[in-house]
Amino acid sequence: MDNNMVMSKSFSIIEGKKTKAVTELVMKYIFLICAFFAVLAVFSITLYMVLNGTPALFKVGIKEILFGTEWAPAAAEPKYGILYVIFTSIVGTACAVLIGVPIGVLTAVFIAEVAPKKLSAIVKPAVELLAGIPSVIYGLLGIMLLNPLMYKLELLVFKGSKTHQFTGGSNLLSAIIVLAIMILPTVINISESAIKAVPKDMRSASLALGASKIQTIFKVVLPVAKSGIMSAVVLGVGRAIGEAMAITLVSGSSVNLPLPFNSVRFLTTAIVAEMGYAADEHRQVLFTIGLVLFVFIMLVNTVFSRLLTGRKTEE
Amino acid sequence: MEKVIVLEGLNAVDKKEKRSLLHKKIRLSDCIMYVLIYLSAALAVALLIGILGYVFVKGIGTVNISFLTSVTSVLKGTTGIAGNIVNTLYVIILTLIVAAPIGIGSAVYLNEYAKKGRIVKIIEFTTETLSGIPSIIFGLFGMVFFGNTLGLGYSLLTGSFTLAIMVLPLITRNTQEALKTVPDSYRNGALGMGATKWYMIRTILLPSAMPGIVTGIILAIGRIVGESAALLFTAGSGFLLPKVFSGYFSKIFESGGTLTIQLYLSMSKGQYDIAFGIAVVLLVIVLAINMLTKVLAGKLDVTKIK
Repeated sequence: MDNNMVMSKSFSIIEGKKTKAVTELVMKYIFLICAFFAVLAVFSITLYMVLNGTPALFKVGIKEILFGTEWAPAAAEPKYGILYVIFTSIVGTACAVLIGVPIGVLTAVFIAEVAPKKLSAIVKPAVELLAGIPSVIYGLLGIMLLNPLMYKLELLVFKGSKTHQFTGGSNLLSAIIVLAIMILPTVINISESAIKAVPKDMRSASLALGASKIQTIFKVVLPVAKSGIMSAVVLGVGRAIGEAMAITLVSGSSVNLPLPFNSVRFLTTAIVAEMGYAADEHRQVLFTIGLVLFVFIMLVNTVFSRLLTGRKTEE
Repeated sequence: MEKVIVLEGLNAVDKKEKRSLLHKKIRLSDCIMYVLIYLSAALAVALLIGILGYVFVKGIGTVNISFLTSVTSVLKGTTGIAGNIVNTLYVIILTLIVAAPIGIGSAVYLNEYAKKGRIVKIIEFTTETLSGIPSIIFGLFGMVFFGNTLGLGYSLLTGSFTLAIMVLPLITRNTQEALKTVPDSYRNGALGMGATKWYMIRTILLPSAMPGIVTGIILAIGRIVGESAALLFTAGSGFLLPKVFSGYFSKIFESGGTLTIQLYLSMSKGQYDIAFGIAVVLLVIVLAINMLTKVLAGKLDVTKIK
């Protein structure tokens, strides 16, 4: 009898479910909390950037910081104008994208459309590897290879110039080349999958009408893949504007107008270069620079990407 | 007169042949584009070969056993990166302990529990945003939030927490992709036999999705190994090994520079031979990670494994 009771109890489908139901519920909420971590992170990053970036704006003055052209944090009367720094980031990113995107898209065309299987089996893994190389290594190579080259070019261009400040090759041009190389893998990968997603019958129709392969690619395939390629551009812009370590040493380190042979400072490198020893007001201004960078990135990721791709960033 | 007629005749033949179906017209613009396309692809490959070749040629001389196993010390006259290797391992492990469960859990929620709606949209949007934020911003945030607000200062723990936020989207996205490849019949089969949802996830879904999840984790390791900007102001730049065994636990509260940080510091001090030595080590790690993901990618499709 007793035995029977125990048996029936443990085998009932109605009872004994309570603990299971509780576990189910608990697990569901644990997963939910995990999922909310991303929301929490973005929220607190935004909050902290605003909290830490705004005090200097009020202390020093919005106009003085954002539209000032003189950067002298260590002077007796410190000046914190970051207009040139902002210009440099914009010009540098734009030029890097102008160089990197055409090369990237053409390489993507090569992998997806033109190349025989054997060749694309070499190029594709090479691009993937390129994406994995740490940014400091790009910086190291920039210093060792690009800067001497740029210095020679500089000597050639400014021969006999008395006003030019020689930079030893650490200039905007070097930084742009490094950035252009660094955004290549991103642009190639995203555009490649965009090109591959174009339906086969579009190509067939174009070829059947007598268009050559190149005509098909540039008049049919790429226009169809446009929104995907544009999101590649957006990601490239994001990557270029946010890159810090690779260009810190390559770009020189003085705040100047973004001219090709000037030693310049980007938003990112301004933070890296001085955060180590900055204190008080100086430090707050560096956070303001961080905030400006953050706003730029947010603009690029939301507004810019919606404008360019004509849809939301996610699929 | 005759000559002209002959010439005209030749011209006519020429034109006819060009119009023939069998005779393809070669466009100059096509040729130019082909050349450009091939040049671009060649540039990408040449860049990789150039970078790998240059770094290995310059750096391989520096790398030897004592470089890998000793700590730079003026007293002993050694230069080595053992401390940085250990720090890198610390950061990898600590970051993954935090980020892997959260990332996987988040993916499970998005894929298995959530119904399409506002909450999912918000979560996916923020995950997307998070992956777009540059590492220097993560560095600033980590420095203020984990370093100052939570009082962890410059430490391996601060750096790891910062990186955990950074690699979170990577793990979430890869796990989500992996979960999507698990056929619905697996879910229905398990639920139909009376398994509860959590039991089904634990015993059927996660094991089936394992190769994809591991791929995400390995990609995260690659990101952690290569990261520098987010670590410079969070994990700091210590390069010593703990002197006593118990120091290995308290080390997580001390500052420690990873390989990339040490590379950056050597580079800015002009010690290029050390920098290239570290670059070689980093590239070997990157190559290994790349191969590992390749191997795993072959196992991604669960329905194919037998």
